[in-house]
Amino acid sequence: MLTAVLFWLFGVSAVVFGFLVFRLDSMARVTFALLASFVFVACEVLLLGLSYLGVVIVLMMVMEMVIMAVFMIMYMMNPAGLMPMAMYHNKPGAMSVSLGTFAVLATGTFLVDWPESRGSRPSDTTKSLGESLMGPQMLTMMVLGLVLFATIVATVVLATNRGRYDRFGDDLRARPDDPVPGGVRR
Amino acid sequence: MTEGTGWAVLVLPLALTAFALLALAADAVVEVRVAHARRSVAAAAADPWREVARLLVGQRRTTVAADGVLWRSGVVTVPLAALLAALVLPLGGFAAADPGVGIVWFNAMEILGWAALWTAGWGPNSPLSLIGGYRFVAQGMCYELPHMFALITAATGAGTLRVGGIVDAQAELWFVVWMPVGFVVYLISAAAMAFWGPFDAPLGRDLSGGVVAELSGVDRLVLLTGRWLLVVVAAGMAVPLFLGGGRGPLLPAWLWTLVKTALVLTFLLWSRRRFPTVRMERFTEVSWLVLLPLTILQALIVALVVLV
Repeated sequence: MLTAVLFWLFGVSAVVFGFLVFRLDSMARVTFALLASFVFVACEVLLLGLSYLGVVIVLMMVMEMVIMAVFMIMYMMNPAGLMPMAMYHNKPGAMSVSLGTFAVLATGTFLVDWPESRGSRPSDTTKSLGESLMGPQMLTMMVLGLVLFATIVATVVLATNRGRYDRFGDDLRARPDDPVPGGVRR
Repeated sequence: MTEGTGWAVLVLPLALTAFALLALAADAVVEVRVAHARRSVAAAAADPWREVARLLVGQRRTTVAADGVLWRSGVVTVPLAALLAALVLPLGGFAAADPGVGIVWFNAMEILGWAALWTAGWGPNSPLSLIGGYRFVAQGMCYELPHMFALITAATGAGTLRVGGIVDAQAELWFVVWMPVGFVVYLISAAAMAFWGPFDAPLGRDLSGGVVAELSGVDRLVLLTGRWLLVVVAAGMAVPLFLGGGRGPLLPAWLWTLVKTALVLTFLLWSRRRFPTVRMERFTEVSWLVLLPLTILQALIVALVVLV
């Protein structure tokens, strides 16, 4: 009974905060509405007994949303996202598409013939998750790791406007000419 | 490890606040001694209480076009994050909760403070607070990544994410002995995550208070209390992670836990007085080029020792 009440509470809250992302008029509030929505999803995952996944979702989403707040406010077309703004253009079209998609997906969950769970629940879900990721899914995770790392390196290379020749001069032997000296003398 | 029932959740905030107030009083006494002020120790020890009373009756400041929702929720989340993180703190053989993912929970709740400080800085629509909030967020990764690796090192050594299990794994040898880098980096990054000591740039004097510049009255009290709670909880967590939990001769386990926590806290209080605020661009480079490789190396060594 309590589980059912909590499930609906978290579920409805996640949807409400997700909807607020498109209703609020400040970039900062939008970001934290999205964060709240994710946290309620994490609560649902915790309710399923997947404690590691649930807590990790909270951990990751807080970090990601804070970083996103910085970037979104930086890149907003209106001054710093401080003026009243809207998250969507073509209001009626956007609203009908998004609400329509939500309705289709929500209806789908009722129509799908969900499988019955077989076998017993493992006592330590964290361990079985780890064994699954580092066992059968090892190749996937390794490839994923490499792709993410390559993306990070590529993004930094594209974003930096000062390579080593800018810092050290033509023959790489001069003392670096840095506008902001770092903490490690290099 | 025995897990607490509901009443532990009620006692925990009071106990932590009491501990923080004791530390605050000790700090105020040191302040007087350092300044060679002609005041009695008793009067100095009463300073924190006077300040609490002053803030409780003080006016709450309002600013023009403030984002009240984000501002207040950010302020409240700082102590809330500390208390939630403290749920997994063991006291002797007892903890309010000892979930299988205790370490991850602790870190996730610490991270909440990251979001909280930014929203508290954003809320009042004031440049000084905003810069303070951005200072913290800009450094977030340099604080969090070494911190995460220090936590993971202890968990790897014990082979579990459960805080109780990590304490049990130190029956033979305290983790501080064979993962000293993890311990030192934990102390540095934990102080940084609590915007404490040499890492207090977000609340810097050069910003006339930064995040707390526009906070007065009970709001200021809540955020600053939260900061002290964060430091106390960070010091408390060093004990089960690296200092063998409640282990020690003669004294009971709960008393050893308190003594060790007090020692770590004393170190954090000392380092705040000893070192000036670290320049942010310096710490960024030190963190990425020194601390992070060191912690990864330490984690690798621990992993090899565990495997072999």
